[in-house]
Amino acid sequence: MGHIKLTNITKSFGAIDVLHGINLEIADGELVVFVGPSGCGKSTLLRMIAGLEKPTGGELAIDGKVVNAIPAADRGLAMVFQSYALYPHMSVRQNLAFGLENTKMPKAEIATRIAEAARMLEIEHYLDRRPGQLSGGQRQRVAIGRAIVRRPVAFLLDEPLSNLDAELRGSTRAELAALHARLSATMIYVTHDQVEAMTLADRIVVLRAGRIEQVGTPMELYNSPANRFVAGFIGSPHMNFLEGSVESSSSGKAVATFAGGNRLELPVAASSLANGSAITLGVRPQHVSIGNGGEGIAAKIKLVEALGSETIVHTDVAGQKILVVAQGQHNLTPGADIRLSLSSAPLHLFNEKGLRLEHAV
Amino acid sequence: MAEISRQTSQTGQSLGETAMVPVRLAMGVIDAPLRWVQKKFGLGGMAAFFLLPNMLIFGIFVLLPFFINFAYSMTGGTALFLSDRTFVGADQYARLFDCSNYLNPNTCAEDTFWTAVGNTGWFVVLQVTLMIAVSLITALILNRNLMARSFWRAVFFFPVLLSPVVVGLIWKWILQRQGLLNFGLYGFGFDPHVWLNDRNWAFAATVGVSIWAHMGFYTLIILAGLQAIPKDLYEAAEMDGTRAMRVFTRITLPLLMPNLLVVIVLVLIRAVQIFDEVYVLTGGGPGTSTLFVTQYIYETGFAAQLRNPGLAAAASILMGLVLVVLTLMQLGLSRSRDKKGARK
Amino acid sequence: MSRVTEFLFRRKGGKGWHWTDIVTWVWLVVGLFVMFGPAVWLTASSFKSPAALAEFPPTILPYVTQKVTVEGYDKPLDLYTATLEDGSTATLAEVRRIGTVSQMVDPKKPAEIVKVNIAKRMPVRQMSFATENYTEPFTHFDFVRYLWNSVFVTVTATLITLVVNSMAAFALSKYEFRGRTFAMLLILATLMVPLSVIMVPLYSIVSALGLFNNLWGVILPTVATPTGVFILRQYMLTIPDELLDAARMDKASEWQIYWRIILPLTAPALAVLAIFSVVWRWNDFLWPLIVLSRKELYTLQVGLSIYSGELNVQWHFILAMTVVTMIPVVLVFLFLQRFITTGIAGTGLK
Repeated sequence: MGHIKLTNITKSFGAIDVLHGINLEIADGELVVFVGPSGCGKSTLLRMIAGLEKPTGGELAIDGKVVNAIPAADRGLAMVFQSYALYPHMSVRQNLAFGLENTKMPKAEIATRIAEAARMLEIEHYLDRRPGQLSGGQRQRVAIGRAIVRRPVAFLLDEPLSNLDAELRGSTRAELAALHARLSATMIYVTHDQVEAMTLADRIVVLRAGRIEQVGTPMELYNSPANRFVAGFIGSPHMNFLEGSVESSSSGKAVATFAGGNRLELPVAASSLANGSAITLGVRPQHVSIGNGGEGIAAKIKLVEALGSETIVHTDVAGQKILVVAQGQHNLTPGADIRLSLSSAPLHLFNEKGLRLEHAV
Repeated sequence: MAEISRQTSQTGQSLGETAMVPVRLAMGVIDAPLRWVQKKFGLGGMAAFFLLPNMLIFGIFVLLPFFINFAYSMTGGTALFLSDRTFVGADQYARLFDCSNYLNPNTCAEDTFWTAVGNTGWFVVLQVTLMIAVSLITALILNRNLMARSFWRAVFFFPVLLSPVVVGLIWKWILQRQGLLNFGLYGFGFDPHVWLNDRNWAFAATVGVSIWAHMGFYTLIILAGLQAIPKDLYEAAEMDGTRAMRVFTRITLPLLMPNLLVVIVLVLIRAVQIFDEVYVLTGGGPGTSTLFVTQYIYETGFAAQLRNPGLAAAASILMGLVLVVLTLMQLGLSRSRDKKGARK
Repeated sequence: MSRVTEFLFRRKGGKGWHWTDIVTWVWLVVGLFVMFGPAVWLTASSFKSPAALAEFPPTILPYVTQKVTVEGYDKPLDLYTATLEDGSTATLAEVRRIGTVSQMVDPKKPAEIVKVNIAKRMPVRQMSFATENYTEPFTHFDFVRYLWNSVFVTVTATLITLVVNSMAAFALSKYEFRGRTFAMLLILATLMVPLSVIMVPLYSIVSALGLFNNLWGVILPTVATPTGVFILRQYMLTIPDELLDAARMDKASEWQIYWRIILPLTAPALAVLAIFSVVWRWNDFLWPLIVLSRKELYTLQVGLSIYSGELNVQWHFILAMTVVTMIPVVLVFLFLQRFITTGIAGTGLK
């Protein structure tokens, strides 16, 4: 139980529209991640699902029941806050019990649930401490525990890892994934970090400026981003973009010129593209290879970052920056001229509006 | 050991929780109807609920009298309730201002009012000047690198907490004929003097006693201002070999000024309303030599044989005007001070 | 003692004495006497008998002439050390005084009268604390009533102030609603309307509500303090809103949020306000003086001022009652002084 449906949800604060007609359906047991740059409306969307903000328009349904008018407390959801929002004057045990006591649950049941959650999260030893006496990671667990004991219809997590240091963030991320697998509860997870989104999500919702840019599994988003924004947002390091213009096109292929006079033949499904129209070629840094001899695009090395397992090469192609991530170690020197090969790379093509152009089959 | 301390702390907690049981019950009882209010009227309704008691009390006992005051000042007679009083227009104000020579209270219809105004004027000038001087010096001294600074700060703060009645009685006792002051002077060969029966000495006593009672408070505020001045400025001045006096006039005073202005207006506002300790110390006497405006309002409104609430209201509105001007000044000054602070 | 002074006067850094150091220490030491002296003098005086109070020059400590009961005399007689004609001294009781001659008697030989010139006798003095100055007002006067009235007013007004102000501060710091700025301005404006400006109409309102000669008439007008609302609101603004959201998700009602989350977290500010409120209400004078005209309703402050204004002032009782009135404030000073001074320095309120 935890099926959430959003229909044409809008939200404005005064004259400012922060969300424009959001349509989304989240299946029971699914882990959906809302991702996007700050100010995209992802937290507002989460808080509306929680019931902490009222939608300006549209309909919000949980398990088939419209909940627009139902206050946060009665929606059966639990939330983990960015700052954890643990009650500083209560012990960990009291923090976990507070929400249960408010539902007039019998004391014995409360104790069982707390014990169970504490065991699951390995916080049994801290139950009588106050949040102020805990480390960041421990507080984070307590915050999750407070949600777990409620046995909610769905978990809402608002950037739960952003206050942890990098190392802890990695391990907690893995624990969260395990927890989701174990509880098999619906979770909505908000983050601005696309790595978290990719590693955790069943499906990712990419938001920008109050609109959904794309919804899909991590691999769908990675392999066929719907537009230039998603392409640039998902994947690390960011996708390389080359701006060019169409020279000629026929069914199944197009020829375009790019900076530095590079002409490339591109497999486009669209029957025809107007000559001279703008086209963007996107290619992930991992897919660019350093060519041999005279083949490929001429580039100049700006900077080499050797990480051991891979080498990140910053290059310049006629004024456009192209990043190359090459596996293994390479003996390259800044200032040297090299050739970049795209022959084996999956290419992403976007029209002048930034929308994806499908490949010819 | 840890086990024991944990156990005792748990007993303590349970004891505390037992004590909390009635409170919890009461809060629970209140909670049920309020959940209904919350459901019915939403968060806005709850905000109104939380604000209501304060605003109700505030409206009845502050706002309402404030507005009624104007109506009062335009009525005559001795009746208490407004509905029983006769409308006289601006007569009360006219009576207050009926003077052939404003510099000589004896030529006025309400001579005691003008005496009180004159006394209050002198009192404000003397008290504010001396208060600022004494508080500033004390604050500067306390801001030095002293041993046991918090002890010395407490010494000057002590009278601030005393009630005005106690302050009045303490000094009445010291200034009486067999009092400590005469005892001290007797040691130097002076004859005992009944200080509070002497017009000039009684007035001086009101100024001195009110400074004694309140200087600690202003010292504290000025001291806070002094401590907000960055230490490195003084270190820079010391590196330049600046003399102490110059450090004071060129660094301390200019940087303290915004703070000091706020304090000055604060002292002014309080000085204009002087009443309690003077009332106990001298009762306004001898004669009318220490009669101040608040006492005039009090006696005209409540105590005098010829009670005249309308006249008292008119006088209080005039004093209110002065206070509004001063308060607006203070708000303006503290705002500009805070802005300066923020810019830093 | 010298080590104490050495400690107090030691300068950090141990540099030589500058003229400002001398000014500093003169100011501080004089300040010590001027600030504490009067209260100490009053307290010392409060233990003197009426006779000792009338003496001039006064003594610091309470001395009385020793008395002795002599056989054959109804009243106890004053005891003197007299120098007799033969040059020897004896301890004698004075029976009566005629001109410059005192008729005295040896307590061991009550029949024999000795005449001594009054210049040749010195009273036998002993220290005696006139504790009846304290005990009598409690039994013969309404003093216990006054004390109770003051305690009742102080405690009740403080409790109501805390509840009412914290509720308003909660609404003004944690809710968005129309008219919030207006409410804030209204409360701010109160600062401009002190009691001395509105006492006449306030008196009529309190009378109309039937609260004249009623302790509630003293309490209610004082409880909606703007300063209280301000310090509490300032403090509540620092409590993160996410905490309230978390509580709402935890099915807490707004009232529960107020008393289970906000109030405990505002405890430090509430403590400061409570201390201030206690001192304010305990010391209130003008308003109780106006509202309370029946003796049995007087607060300590009113009672003290009325008694001290009587024609025949019984100073020995007044002094003792003043000391009792000072006690709570002195306790606050001793234990909570630091709390208050930092509170004032932080908010500038009094």
